[in-house]
This record gives sequence, structure tokens and C-alpha cells, in this order.
Amino acid sequence: MPIQILHDTARHPRHAGRDATILSCTDPKTLEGLHWLACYLTTGKHMAFYASFGTVLLLLAVTAPVALAFGFGGAMAARSHFAPLRWFGQGYTAIVRGVPDIAFFLFFVIALDQAIEYLRHKVRCPDWDQPIRQGSDFVVCQAAKMPLSTSPQWVHETYGFAIAVFTFAIVFGAFAANVLYGAMRAVPHGQIETAEAYGMSQRQSFWRVLVPQMWIFALPGLSNLWMILIKATPLLFLLGVEDIVYWARELGGSKTDIFEYPHPDWRLYYFLALLVFYLVLTRLSEIVLKRITHRLSRGQATALGEAQRKAAA
Amino acid sequence: MKTLILTTAALALSAGLASAQTVRLGTEGAYPPYNFINDAGEVAGFERELGDKLCELAEKTCEWVTNDWDSIIPNLVSGNYDAIIAGMSITPEREEVVAFSQNYTPPSPSAYAALSADVDLENGVIAAQTGTIQANHVVDTGATLLEFPNPDETVAAVRNGEADAAMADKDFLIPVVEGDPDMVFVGEDIPLGGGIGMAFRKSDPELREAFTAAIQTMKDDGSLNELIIKWLGEDSPRF
Repeated sequence: MPIQILHDTARHPRHAGRDATILSCTDPKTLEGLHWLACYLTTGKHMAFYASFGTVLLLLAVTAPVALAFGFGGAMAARSHFAPLRWFGQGYTAIVRGVPDIAFFLFFVIALDQAIEYLRHKVRCPDWDQPIRQGSDFVVCQAAKMPLSTSPQWVHETYGFAIAVFTFAIVFGAFAANVLYGAMRAVPHGQIETAEAYGMSQRQSFWRVLVPQMWIFALPGLSNLWMILIKATPLLFLLGVEDIVYWARELGGSKTDIFEYPHPDWRLYYFLALLVFYLVLTRLSEIVLKRITHRLSRGQATALGEAQRKAAA
Repeated sequence: MKTLILTTAALALSAGLASAQTVRLGTEGAYPPYNFINDAGEVAGFERELGDKLCELAEKTCEWVTNDWDSIIPNLVSGNYDAIIAGMSITPEREEVVAFSQNYTPPSPSAYAALSADVDLENGVIAAQTGTIQANHVVDTGATLLEFPNPDETVAAVRNGEADAAMADKDFLIPVVEGDPDMVFVGEDIPLGGGIGMAFRKSDPELREAFTAAIQTMKDDGSLNELIIKWLGEDSPRF
């Protein structure tokens, strides 16, 4: 398919006459220099590469709050006065933090997928008389497939993405649970005692006094987790989601004449681009985290909170 | 809520009826000229064209899926797609886990590619893709095996001196060697495996029979040989 690059003449009316060049990419073998490069960088494959940056950012944007919620639940469970819930919370943080990520991503995801299909199979195909495990094969009826094999590719991709978010959330939630558990204990006990002296119930003192004050203690640990999460996205390919590292490797590998745009091994340049992306993302995160630290320190009995109080006075 | 459940059930039911026809084909997408992701971002190559033709003959609707080579068999047996069509040679080890169609290429030679002709293939360091018949062969020769997850990286390892030679299917190496004046073939071609076939779950004999029959049709009318000449070259063995 020919790809045309049209300069945005509407935005630069003064240059309309000069710049309205039309680049045609119909026969890449005849192209040279910048023209070749412009066509090369706009192939469908490169578009998929650019889109995968969006996939990674979307994954981060969705996973971070979900993992935080898992962590909060885990920390609350671990503090519970109800023993089985406490065991569950402590077991969750201990086990998931102990299992290597890569083993978790390979084993847990296939097990989760098969568990979902097994349950759907029991509901949808009660008359099925063949065994589900046949040697190494896992066989469920067609209607139990998740997603259905007739579904368009985007459904499969969305399903893979959802599984990825869920798995990331479980792993990072376990770490976040431990961070939040520690932060909850770091809030000075006098604060809780005072709250109870004012007649607040345990629930009220938890939500109104403990939770608002714990974030500043949790922030260093949570920001570490965020930085690690940013760099953990190549694990996505284990789940069949094509992330930026997959595409950089695929596009950068040397291409023979069978491709429209043959070139030698360019992986170095693609990985340099990724390096820049990750550094920019890290810098932006630092700026945002610094602001959050300032915001959360307001009125706190910490060094920064005290400094803010004096500056304002 | 009730309508929602009903709609979902109805959708699932109708999809279940139609799904008998859809076959998901798993490939690697990193093994030109057999299968690769072309510049438009789609699966292309010998096996793309062959697979589409076979689906047409077997009257199936097919969908292409790419999967990492390392986990391509586990994902087949756990049902994430229905067939592998990824330059996979028929070997007894693989036949313990999956069932192959009849071969769609004759047993084709493997070869060594290196930067100089006097490389020691017996004692040197040889790069091959993990889990391939070539990797097994390198171990058998006594040379030091250096494994990579995809074939492109085996060639890169030779170029940067990490390995003395790369071993792969000759059909894959021909364009590599022709496109690079520094690269040469070393030693004799070595016939490995029983040709390339499609892999299916053992519990899925009907599908395997349908594709084996379609391959037979293409062998008989000569269209398979035409595809081999088009993608793998005049010198590649034919039926």
C-alpha cells in the first residue's frame, strides 16, 4: 500500500506552496537518502512499533492503580484481627514476593487461562464426555475457549492485555502490600491514641487518621516499585503482548532482500531510542513524585512537613 | 442484568456453532523466507502463502497468530491456537508431544555460515536457535553450542565474532550469505530431519487429516513445487 506523507499545510499556510511535497513510497528499492528513511520509518511495522509505546504507557497507567489497590487490600488483610484473613494477607505477600517474576509469568498465566477455560467448559458444555487432559493436550469444547477462536484478533489481544494487567497487579501488589503494611506501622501511635481519645471508633481512626498520614511513609517504597514496573514491561512478550522491546528487536534485526527495506543489524539504534524513552519516563516520574512528596508532607510531623510549616509562618 | 446474561449466552452459542470452521495458525514470524513479519506488519513468506492456500483447499477460515519459538509447542497443546506452521522439521522427539501433517517440504539440507572458510566446525563455537534440529546436531558433533532465541541473532553472533559459525536451514542462510560479501558457506550441507510439516494437537486428528489431504492435493497438482521455487529458490529440493 503506498504511504503518502502530506505536510500539514493547514497549520502553516505561509509555507503551503513550498512545502506541499508528496512523498511516494510505492517502490522503496528505488528510493535514496532521507526519502528512503521517511518511507522506512512510516511502514506498517513501524506504526505497530510506535503504537506499542502507547500499549506500554496504557499498561502502566492501568496497572499502577490496580496494583496499589491489591497492595492496600493485602496490607489491610495482613493487619486484620480476624486470623484467617491475616494469614491470607501475610501468605499473599510472602509467597508472591518469593516466586521469581519470570516463573510467575510463565506458570501462573497458563494456569489462570486454563482455569478460566475449565470453568467455562463446565458451564457451557455439561454433556462433554471426553477427558480435558489428554496426554499433554488441554482440550475444552470450542464454546469454552477464552477468547473464542472465532473472535477477531483484537479480542485476543485485549484478553492478553487484561491477563497481563492482572498478573502485573498481583506481583506488584504483593510488594506494595508490604510497603503499605510498613507505612501503616510507621504512623506515630500517639496519633491513633488521640483519635480514639476523641471517641473515634477503630474504623474511623483507621480511615480518618491512619490512612491520610501513612502515604508519606509509603511513598519512597512505592516510587521504587513504580520505577521497577516501568522497566518490567518486556515481560509482556511472555504473555504474547508485543511491547516496545519486542518491536525494537524485530525491526532492528538485519533484513535481507526479501524485505522491502533491507538493512544491516540496526538493533543498537533502536535500543538507543528505547534508552532515551526510558530515561525521559524516569525523569518525568521523578518530577511528579517530588511534587507528590511536597503535597503529602503538608501538615505532617516529618522534617519536610515541619520545614513547610515554618516557611509558611 | 438478565438481558446481558442472555445476550452473552446467545453470542457464545452462535459463536460456538461457527467456530468449528475457524482455525488459528501459530507461526514464529522471524524465519525468512519461511515466515516473517513484512514491512506492513503482517505475517508473510512461504508458509503464509502455503497456509492460506491450504486453508482454502480444506475449506477453513484461518487466522494467523505469532508466538515466540520457545513456547510455540506449549501454547499449541494448551489450545491457544490450533496448528503450528513455522518451519518446524518433523522429528521423533517432537512427535512424542504433537502430531505432524505429512511434510510440505522434502528433507532439506542445513548448512554452516561463517566469516571465513577455514573455521573449525568440530571444535569451534557454533550458534544455533534454541530447540531446533540444528542445535541438537551441533551438540552431537562435539562443537560448543551457543544458543539464541531467534535465528537472526545467530547470524548477528557470527558477524560480531561471538560465534565461529551459525548453523541453520540452508534456505534461511542463502539470502543472508548472498546479501553479505563477508559471509561464506563452510563445509558440506547436512540433511537433517524428515522435512517440514504442520504440527497439531494429538487430540485433533480430523484437523490434521484435512490439512494432510490439502497438502497432498498441492503435491499432486504441482502447485506446492511452484511455491517452493518462488520462495525457497531453484536449488531447494522439490517433490
